[in-house]
Amino acid sequence: MSSDPPFRILPKLVDNTRDFWTGGAVGELRFWRCQDCGYYIHPPQPICPVDYSKNLAVEAVSGKATLASYSINHQNWMPGPELPYVVAIIEIVEQPSVRLTTNLVNCPLDEIQIGMPVRVTFEHHADPDGDVYIPLFEPDRSA
Amino acid sequence: MDQNEIIERRACITGVGQSEIGRRLYRDPLELTLDGCLAAIADAGLTPADIDGLSTYPGPMGTPAGFSGAGAYEVMDALRLNCGWYGSGLETSGQLGSVINACLAVASGLANHVLCFRSVWEGSAQGEKGRSAVMPGGGGGGGGGFKAQGFMSWNLVFSAPSAAIWIAMFAQRHFHNYGTTKEQMAWIALNARKNAELNPNAIYRDPMSMDDYMNARIISTPFGLFDCDAPCDGATAVIVSRRERAKDLRHAPLRVEAVGSRIAGRPSWDQYEDLSAMPNRDAGAQLWTRTDLKPSDVKMAQLYDGFSWLTMSWLEALGLCGLGESGPFIDGGTRIARDGQLPLNTHGGQLSAGRLHGYGFLHEGATQMWGAAGDRQIPTPPEVGVIAAGGGNTCGCLLLVRE
Repeated sequence: MSSDPPFRILPKLVDNTRDFWTGGAVGELRFWRCQDCGYYIHPPQPICPVDYSKNLAVEAVSGKATLASYSINHQNWMPGPELPYVVAIIEIVEQPSVRLTTNLVNCPLDEIQIGMPVRVTFEHHADPDGDVYIPLFEPDRSA
Repeated sequence: MDQNEIIERRACITGVGQSEIGRRLYRDPLELTLDGCLAAIADAGLTPADIDGLSTYPGPMGTPAGFSGAGAYEVMDALRLNCGWYGSGLETSGQLGSVINACLAVASGLANHVLCFRSVWEGSAQGEKGRSAVMPGGGGGGGGGFKAQGFMSWNLVFSAPSAAIWIAMFAQRHFHNYGTTKEQMAWIALNARKNAELNPNAIYRDPMSMDDYMNARIISTPFGLFDCDAPCDGATAVIVSRRERAKDLRHAPLRVEAVGSRIAGRPSWDQYEDLSAMPNRDAGAQLWTRTDLKPSDVKMAQLYDGFSWLTMSWLEALGLCGLGESGPFIDGGTRIARDGQLPLNTHGGQLSAGRLHGYGFLHEGATQMWGAAGDRQIPTPPEVGVIAAGGGNTCGCLLLVRE
């Protein structure tokens, strides 16, 4: 990614989200996962919604996903990426019920297709409260 | 069906009222709220002394600025109401959740006449700077070390602060799944504007053509400017009365035949199972389990249009057309016109009559059912009408029958 990222409102790092927002330091997209039934949990919560187990741990996934929907935003709501930019909803391949609202990057606008394979790419933001690695997605041309 | 078990039928809409409404009024929001409330009380043929319940959405909220004009306590105190029941809150079945709560309160006997209101001053709050003035992180957005937390962290960080973007992604998926087109979606906006031309209180009343619609600047695809509702200032109030107390008032009581309040899936914008639908699907389905009436009995629909596609979503959620068929259903605008088979958003919706946030649809529905809509009156005042409000994880609906 560019060494000069756009302005973004950064997430406050709290105990159950720190791994999600910092995993990109080692190239990992991470989610909480139930160690009893294997269900990935997002957003984080202290109990598995399937079997109500509290035996949860953070695990890395492949970073591969599918584009579920998108919108090309032209409106200047606030400082941010250069207009227009693409807001997307992706579904991770390990468990499509885990969705992220994110940005689709490195993709010509006329090549965007719902259902296309995408993969994670991280945007690094240095911050006095702790560096953050924002998971964005780009076309997965290897898929 | 044992009709005694459907307790919302013990509730009737007996009066509606509105304050002055405008794009930017720069008036005291509490004064606007009270104007709307007193108008509704008088419309029902009641006085403030008769009001013994109060319900509002969302209650007092400082941010985003303009989203709430007054809380329950402020209105109770200003009118010196004596309430057997009252409540407010954001986490309910959309804006109409506050009306559903009032129905349950009168049905249970906690109150006889509940004053319900929704008050906004988003037009003035945003001022000349528009939406960006009230974005999280302060005027103009960002800076100052503001960090996103909780729900907002999952979209603000990705520069997706607006429901325009979130709902655009549902619309895009609907287009993908069902072949819906922007030219079809246009008819929500064109129909609304055509109706607003006859509504003296509407915000935008100039005629709009398909070219005007298609050439409007893009907000977030597939939404252009005219797919987005118009922030405004104004307060809307309705009176929900116990059926036994509704009979001798000014208007024919509008019985609450059935309500829809369910969310069956995740109460979320982006994690709900079907990205081409919304939890309104659950609320709509629930409504029809509580009545012997059928969608074909509905003679008028007032369906939330915070964004144009939401109305299409409600048409499908309520079974007023088939799943995925809202595009062809509205195409050309004939079916949904005032003289069509299903008159829709006859005041101009929020797209043209202003973002009164849900309650405007109930106000218009009641006005039409009472035959009091003036130049925009549906030729035969409908006996059965459906009202729905909200998008995403806020959604509720009402089926009304004139007694």
